[in-house]
Amino acid sequence: MKHHVTTSINGSPVEFLCETQQTLLDVLRDELQLTGTKEGCGSGDCGACSVTVNGRLVCACLMLGVEAEGKSIETIEGMVMGDHLHVLQQKFLEHAALQCGICTPGMLIAAKSLLERNPEPTEEQVRFGLAGNLCRCTGYQKIVEAVLAAAVEMRRA
Amino acid sequence: MDTPNFYPEKKLKVIGTSPVRPDGVPKVTGIARFGADFTLPGMLWARILRSPHAHARIRSIDTKKAEALPGVKAVMTCADLPEQPFAYVGPERIAVNFWHMTRNIMAREKALYEGHAVAAVAATSQKIANEALKLIEVDYEVLPHVIDVDAAMRPDAPLLFDDMITRGVEPPTKPSNISKRIEYKLGDVDTGFAAADEIVEMSFRTAPVHQGYIEPHATLARWDADGQAEVWASTQGHFVVRTFTAKLLNMKTGDLRVHATEIGGGFGGKTVVYVEPVALVLSRKSGHPVKIVMSREEVFKASGPTSGASMTVKIGAMKDGRIVAADALFKYQAGAFPGSPVMNGCMCGFAPYDFPNMRTVGYDVVCNRPKAVAYRAPGSPISAFAVESTLDAVAKKIGMDPVQLRLKNIARIGTPLQTWCRRRMALRSSRPGLPIENRMASGRLGRNNRSCWLVA
Repeated sequence: MKHHVTTSINGSPVEFLCETQQTLLDVLRDELQLTGTKEGCGSGDCGACSVTVNGRLVCACLMLGVEAEGKSIETIEGMVMGDHLHVLQQKFLEHAALQCGICTPGMLIAAKSLLERNPEPTEEQVRFGLAGNLCRCTGYQKIVEAVLAAAVEMRRA
Repeated sequence: MDTPNFYPEKKLKVIGTSPVRPDGVPKVTGIARFGADFTLPGMLWARILRSPHAHARIRSIDTKKAEALPGVKAVMTCADLPEQPFAYVGPERIAVNFWHMTRNIMAREKALYEGHAVAAVAATSQKIANEALKLIEVDYEVLPHVIDVDAAMRPDAPLLFDDMITRGVEPPTKPSNISKRIEYKLGDVDTGFAAADEIVEMSFRTAPVHQGYIEPHATLARWDADGQAEVWASTQGHFVVRTFTAKLLNMKTGDLRVHATEIGGGFGGKTVVYVEPVALVLSRKSGHPVKIVMSREEVFKASGPTSGASMTVKIGAMKDGRIVAADALFKYQAGAFPGSPVMNGCMCGFAPYDFPNMRTVGYDVVCNRPKAVAYRAPGSPISAFAVESTLDAVAKKIGMDPVQLRLKNIARIGTPLQTWCRRRMALRSSRPGLPIENRMASGRLGRNNRSCWLVA
């Protein structure tokens, strides 16, 4: 039997039906067609499925869909503001902080969560804050530079 | 930041600029569609049953219970894939054999590695597909297995193929796990070693390393009743997917359209097909579009990696740093089917140097692991690691700076190639106007090198 879940995704009320064993990641991707959140490992190791739940950074593959009941969920699809990219998205482009792009949505969500908690991070704190997100292409340096540049611009704004 | 302009006389439009990548915006907004992001109306989910044994004869597969499960629309085994002729086709260095390829897609007589696909199910949900896999009964006769390249080469090793005769050995040997022997020679190594002041011989082992792309293999396939079909695949080459898949299913190439999706990393590992023919067969049998997405566990167990190897390198040097002889033995794991990149490894090992006497012997050896696939300059980092490490030891032994040792022996324009004999014909035909020495030079060190892999 499926469960009826009422939740909020990117600020909008959402209802869905899901099986007990479906993860929040399965629900986002397969039931709600929010495929910006990626699955790299399904075991919480790679961070490609990073979302925030009530402002807290989580791996959507480690949370059940039914646990979204009454929560407020933010995904990559909620990051762009109309025709304006988020500062982090812009800096990722300018600093070439992405290549294949499969880790990018999770990396951006994790970076946004980090800057909300710590608007003025050191390089070390950025590296620590993104330690749960694996990238196979960039070697991380450009990602760290993009996040630091975004932090400067966001403080200025 | 000022970017240096190396051609001040030219106004450059591209070089020296830092453009935003054209596919950048969809990738930062989450809109970009990767392999697993495609869906079609009426789409089914497929899962693949994989062997729990590293080596086992498949006596029988009973899929009746799985087929009877409500929600299951199609089940397939190797019986749904046509048999292929046994032939190595394409250039020797990257030859493929469809008799092997169809068996890697779906095991036939034997499962040859843990994770080898033996059956697949398409159902209306992932949950039902997973349940159906548990209902498939496979009768295995478990056989002794071998996963180490040296162990696989021993005369008493369990054989993956009872009739495999080593290619490149005359007269033919008795069956073994050695698929191929390659030898390159220049000068005479025995004379070289006899003259050497110092000789260093070292052995190395490397493990099979997975390409480790973050995006697991994923495909969506649709087969129409008129025999035309469409495939979306996460791949490094959609023409390869089209050619291989059409051949494996006895389709006309023109009846298959393949779309390359955005690819979440490949690093060589997505230059072959695994799930595409399976999804297409299940789509044909069920009449629905079928999606297959590998789990991370499946990626590690049944795709990639590069070859693990066992290698011995012997180098003889004079006290002044001149290297007078070099001998290498490279034994590469091919995994369950022939076709490791050992030939590339052999071509690369001594390629940067001007040694008067050298010999390289390579073995392509099957063992009970997933079949090796390309990985960043396939095969070359493995042999280069052994050669360069040995050179470091030589430098230490004769008390010379390791960089100076390399510069003293570095290849220059006109340096003869160890692989000269094999490549001469190709070069002669490719550049008929040039004297052979010049052709060799450009083949070895030219900027527009088209004839061999360069050591970067």
